[in-house]
Amino acid sequence: MAQRTTEIIVGLFILAGGAALLFLALQVSGLTFKPAGDTYTVDAYFNDAGGLGPRGRVSMAGVQVGQIREVTLDQETFQARVVMDISAAIDSIPADSSAIIRTSGLLGEQYIDISPGADMQSLADGDTFYETQSALNIERMISNFASGQGGD
Amino acid sequence: MASALMNRIARVGRRGLDTLASLGRAGFFLWRSLVGAPNPSVGGPLLIQQIYRIGVLSLAIVIVSGLFIGMVLALQGYTILTDFGSESAIGQMIALTLLRELGPVVTALLFAGRAGSALTAEIGLMKATEQLSSMEMMGVDPLRRVMAPRLWAGFISMPLLALIFSVVGIWGGMLVGVEWLGVFEGSYWGNMQASVAFADDVVNGVIKSLVFGVACTWIAVYQGYDCVPTSAGISAATTRTVVFSSLTVLGLDFVLTAVMFGSF
Repeated sequence: MAQRTTEIIVGLFILAGGAALLFLALQVSGLTFKPAGDTYTVDAYFNDAGGLGPRGRVSMAGVQVGQIREVTLDQETFQARVVMDISAAIDSIPADSSAIIRTSGLLGEQYIDISPGADMQSLADGDTFYETQSALNIERMISNFASGQGGD
Repeated sequence: MASALMNRIARVGRRGLDTLASLGRAGFFLWRSLVGAPNPSVGGPLLIQQIYRIGVLSLAIVIVSGLFIGMVLALQGYTILTDFGSESAIGQMIALTLLRELGPVVTALLFAGRAGSALTAEIGLMKATEQLSSMEMMGVDPLRRVMAPRLWAGFISMPLLALIFSVVGIWGGMLVGVEWLGVFEGSYWGNMQASVAFADDVVNGVIKSLVFGVACTWIAVYQGYDCVPTSAGISAATTRTVVFSSLTVLGLDFVLTAVMFGSF
């Protein structure tokens, strides 16, 4: 085979490998190279952050509107502080909305669902959710049920 | 009686020394093949030729295997996960299995069988027909002219093949999981993206495939170079290549997995 043909085929092979890596990075592991200006930051305090982690989903009515940046412990209140990046296009979330931790399916991953309030003012960069609802702890629910205390 | 025992112990000792000497020769061989700046105008075309033969020609078997392994993973995973009502986690299962384990390991085993055995046989035959010695006679170093391009080609091809294997497998899993079994496409990719971390899973998989590529190519080329130059010797060397490569890959995989994903 002519050397040039071989070179072209090998070049295509290496490009295919590079494309595969890019696909794994972007589509499979969900790396994004979005500039930071695209989003604004909102935080929420939860008594129990459950299994939330960075890059988790933040959605409203089932539509993804942002993602979690970090989950840290507030050392004064001993609550979990969840910082999330909301897409700048979603700029009219009522200020009294509540953030609820939900689970997709029975064993799926946990995500934050924003349940809209009725305030005329909207959440802006750096605001905090006034009302939150922590992750359902199935173990605690079962033990409460078993000891006859009912749900709390 | 005592002397018979001594003979037996001496035989064990000789075998140990032989093994050790062989390992030493293999290390020395690798070192001498890879050091020394190759002349790019000669080395470049040789390398491309070898990448074509080792990498590109292995693509067909790698793509077909990746496709079928992805599809089987989707079928098996679906059957198990529906018991828990969480078949939407199928994308996560397929992606993690392929990226962390099956991609690098199965590609390395295929690579050893498809490319490694051919390398050993080719170099063994070169040695048996004294092409290597005539090269030396002409003042051409066979290590740098014949071995180095093959080694580098293997090192480069193997990670690329493993990446392509994983991508094709994930696509095959989507064919069965989403198109056939009816898992929602959004949750296939969404669960995958939520659980696969680039640095942990993709990069560790690439590191694994690099290590396997070095091991398989080194074994294959060295077995050819070190074989007994007869037809029986070449056949034994080819068998050893496949056996040693497979065992090395599986052993190294356990060690690497323990280091990368074991939590200790």
